[in-house]
Amino acid sequence: MNGWELFWGFFVANVLGYGGGPSSIPLMQEEIVNHYHWLTNEEFADVLAVGNALPGPIATKIAAFVGYREAGWIGLILTTVATVVPSALALILLLRILNRFRESSVVKGMTLLVQPVIAVMMAGLTWEVGKVSAASIGIWQSLGIAGVSLWAMTKGRIHPAWVIVGAFVYGSLVLSHQLS
Amino acid sequence: MPEGIGAYKELVLAMGRTGILGYGGGPSVIPLIRYEAVTRYRWLDDDEFGEILALANTLPGPIATKMAAYLGYKQKGASGAVVAVIAHILPTSIAMIALLGILYALRHSGIVAGMIAAVRPVIFVMLGLMAYEFAAKAWKGLGKGFAVGFGLSAFLLLYVLNVHPGLVVAVFLAYGSVHLKMIDRWRHQLKERGKK
Repeated sequence: MNGWELFWGFFVANVLGYGGGPSSIPLMQEEIVNHYHWLTNEEFADVLAVGNALPGPIATKIAAFVGYREAGWIGLILTTVATVVPSALALILLLRILNRFRESSVVKGMTLLVQPVIAVMMAGLTWEVGKVSAASIGIWQSLGIAGVSLWAMTKGRIHPAWVIVGAFVYGSLVLSHQLS
Repeated sequence: MPEGIGAYKELVLAMGRTGILGYGGGPSVIPLIRYEAVTRYRWLDDDEFGEILALANTLPGPIATKMAAYLGYKQKGASGAVVAVIAHILPTSIAMIALLGILYALRHSGIVAGMIAAVRPVIFVMLGLMAYEFAAKAWKGLGKGFAVGFGLSAFLLLYVLNVHPGLVVAVFLAYGSVHLKMIDRWRHQLKERGKK
């Protein structure tokens, strides 16, 4: 294991993620899957599933799992520190200076401009996870489950965590016979 | 404000609770943190909380941990910040490792394989919805012409020219810092020309 890579990968993904944890997800996937090969796309999808079924911030949960898997507790500490500390420290140290930038067009423009990039990266990640799903249970079954969960999360107003739990139940009862 | 151990106890309770009860990632946890910090423990008033939140949003990285660190720091300095952040993220970090560990240990059972397979399309939908939300924000914030133009150039850089995403984001952020000024200047010039 390379502790520096663990730290650097998570530092980059989070320091570029403007707009909270979710915008860091595709940046983390880039580092974790494409760059350092700590996880496959299949595993990353599983991490997102369990991460979204549990409460708490998403970025730190992903960091904790990947760090622990690569290098035990030391890895967990490295990835978590890389995720949390730079921005937290910056907030505490720069509080006075930030006040001047809050209403500035500089920060507003940066927050605006990062959104189309994250949207495109998020769409790319969606496509990757779709491919993973189609490879395991076929396109039509994947689309069927996707359709039901899309309805549940938007029109049905069911909380995503419950939709994930529902999928777990459906999978353990129905898909288990198909796959074993 | 209680002295010594009492203050740490409050921090652990408040940040532990919000970490365990907050569903849906950092941004959705903010109202819970506000409740603990403003209503329950009165560490700061509502205006100050809003102020700090706005400042925190000008920085990158997860939002909930930034707020936890600030509140801990305000109460008890550096050690308070450390305690608050650990209380906020440790329980779910351990739950994450335990749950995924169990899932992978049992991967070969049909039941767990079925669970993993069934949840993938759900994650596909969740990511798709997030992509849509970011696109909608870009559309609303930048206007459709700019949103589509920047989206297409991001696509070109990322998937056709295979530029590293970190670099693409950095370039867009750098341009973003002058974007609004450029637009202003451009509008201004148009107006000047209109007068002549």
